[in-house]
Amino acid sequence: MILKKFSIENKKARDLIPQVITVLALLSVIIYFATNAQINMGNRGISFGFGFLNQEASFDITFSMIEYDGSHSYGRAFLVGLLNTILVSVIGIFFATILGVIVGISRLSDNYLIAKVAEWYVEIFRNIPLILQIFFWYFAALRALPLPENGISFYDISFLTIKGWYVPKFIWTNLNIFLLSLIAAFIAIYFIKSYATKQREEFGKQIPTTFISLSTLILIPLITFLFLGVSLTFEYPVLKQLSPTVFTYAGGVSIIPELIALALALSMYTATFIAENVRAGILGVGKGQKEAAASIGLNKNQILKLVVMPQALRIIIPPTTNQYLNLTKNSSLAAAIAYPDIVLVFAGTALMQTGRAIEIISITMLTYLTLSISISIFMNWYNKKMAIKEK
Amino acid sequence: MIKSIKTWILVGFASLLLVACGQGGGGAGSKKSKTLDNTKKAGFVKCGVSQGLPGFSNADESGNWSGIDVDVCRAVAAAVLGDADKVKYTPLSAKERFTALTSGEIDVLARNTTWTLSRDADIGLTFVGVNFYDGQGFMVRKNSGINSVNDFKNGISACTNTGTTTELNMRDFFNSKNISYEPIAFEKADEVVAAYDAGRCDTYTTDKSGLAAQRTKMSNPDEHKVLPETISKEPLGPVVRQGDAVWEDIVRWSLNTMIEAEEYGVNSSNASSLKDSENPAIKRLVGSEGELGAAFGLDNDWSLRIIEQVGNYGESYKKHIADTGILPNRGPNQLWTKGGILYVPPAR
Repeated sequence: MILKKFSIENKKARDLIPQVITVLALLSVIIYFATNAQINMGNRGISFGFGFLNQEASFDITFSMIEYDGSHSYGRAFLVGLLNTILVSVIGIFFATILGVIVGISRLSDNYLIAKVAEWYVEIFRNIPLILQIFFWYFAALRALPLPENGISFYDISFLTIKGWYVPKFIWTNLNIFLLSLIAAFIAIYFIKSYATKQREEFGKQIPTTFISLSTLILIPLITFLFLGVSLTFEYPVLKQLSPTVFTYAGGVSIIPELIALALALSMYTATFIAENVRAGILGVGKGQKEAAASIGLNKNQILKLVVMPQALRIIIPPTTNQYLNLTKNSSLAAAIAYPDIVLVFAGTALMQTGRAIEIISITMLTYLTLSISISIFMNWYNKKMAIKEK
Repeated sequence: MIKSIKTWILVGFASLLLVACGQGGGGAGSKKSKTLDNTKKAGFVKCGVSQGLPGFSNADESGNWSGIDVDVCRAVAAAVLGDADKVKYTPLSAKERFTALTSGEIDVLARNTTWTLSRDADIGLTFVGVNFYDGQGFMVRKNSGINSVNDFKNGISACTNTGTTTELNMRDFFNSKNISYEPIAFEKADEVVAAYDAGRCDTYTTDKSGLAAQRTKMSNPDEHKVLPETISKEPLGPVVRQGDAVWEDIVRWSLNTMIEAEEYGVNSSNASSLKDSENPAIKRLVGSEGELGAAFGLDNDWSLRIIEQVGNYGESYKKHIADTGILPNRGPNQLWTKGGILYVPPAR
């Protein structure tokens, strides 16, 4: 009886056995390498462990969104790098999406000039390796920008120079009250929208939600300024002389040129792929849909917004998710131009100073994996939301 | 650039794999050396060098490496294999170098590497000596009006390389002076030079020998100067893997032989004629007295071959550092008998 259960003739067993063998083989290979690595590292006096994360890093980082200096730990330096990676990815994804959608739609424009410019843009920027584009934006743009004493001034409150883009710093009092009011405004808008939808569906009444939402978004935070003690002042950057010919700006916030160059290169490059996805999505919507929409009297913009785009999104989202993932991973090229992302700070400097290659590379790989999977999960959720709801 | 990033990520993986597959070096104290056996079997010394630092390790158009770091590897090859040219060079970035050594990709690291406690004790490395005493300095534009590190003010921006001791020294220095600064750290020296040259940073800091060498790469070298102060000790020397005592001794004494040869006036042209010298120390150097090579499992002419094929330290310094205009003055890198600090234990 038992024999039969495990015999070749049993289909279940026949299907299962090769899989079990594969998993076992894979496991034993991993265990073999892991133990070997351990023995060899032991022989060479290299210890394995993550204790170094609590040690003092003793190196400084140009640009950090949280408080950091060399007296903080390697763990903190890791966090600084991670946040910088997330920052450039978010900025990159934001602009790549906007630019991609505009270019994608432009490629289908009836206007010959617009369509051609969009086509040229796509063909040029997607066919040049990203690393070269990063170098181009960094070194070419760097050379083109003026020294601080001749900085390009925007109304004397913001200055663009080779050392960075100096912008006014916001100094808030009672920032938390202001943020709470913003959240309140968004909640209010949500209820207004759902009320409007209900009214439209039940009574066919059109309520101008855009106008009402916008007013709410302005009015509620405005109240906090007038009555709840919220105030905002600006600290402007001021030119400062360091020596007869060396200048910089003091005060304000400096957006480093490395971040600008990297964000620019990443969004310009990724936007070309997103543009193609958008074009494919729009072309993928049946011609009959547009004709039907036109026949009930919708104008061109309404057709695009109400009929074509909702359907096109289903085609656009999955490949665009790939582009978001690519952009995030490509941000690791930051190391080339000294933007302190996780690869430069942690897998670079920290690895060098501690010599803990295996630990640091594993942490970095796991971090990218986590980032990518988070983006995937979010995009899959969005995709599901946009998918045809079968009732 | 992309290649270098790829390379060191690969090195990261390689360390996983190679550490896993590689075999442990001979145990400390035993006469057998796995690295020596492997080197003899392969027929070349696996040497890690820089990606191009004039004077230390730099390749010409046809791919021939030269420099005082390169000469250490050549000396080891002459001692072990009998031919100084039997070296395989692996150019490494600052970040890749130690992983490449501990994983067994290279057996000698001669890449202007600073000897520090944590590197020596913590990560499976052993420093075998010092072949160049250096110190960190600053380069600025001549017209900047900055004539000393005391002229630095809050807000100055400083470019340097990542993963080097200079990054740490820079912080110590600015902190001790209580100056706030903007550190911009690049992965490769060429990019540091490009960014500094463009005006992204006000000063460029690294080892003084490096500053002197990199200045030659600027678009207009005469516009820049190196400040007089030295803010750190940077003893640069060759490194080997921990755990192979015999190999460690071979590399250490290959370097020591070059310095000792200069001390006794033995050079590449007169070495063989000194076999019958009156001085026993010289006779030991050229292999006509004693059995010193046997201690490493080498023949007795090992040191003679080093001197004949590579030259003594003074010849190497003159050829690569002085005559190339990098640092004509030997400074601390002069023999102790002539006012410098080069002093090696006696070969006997």
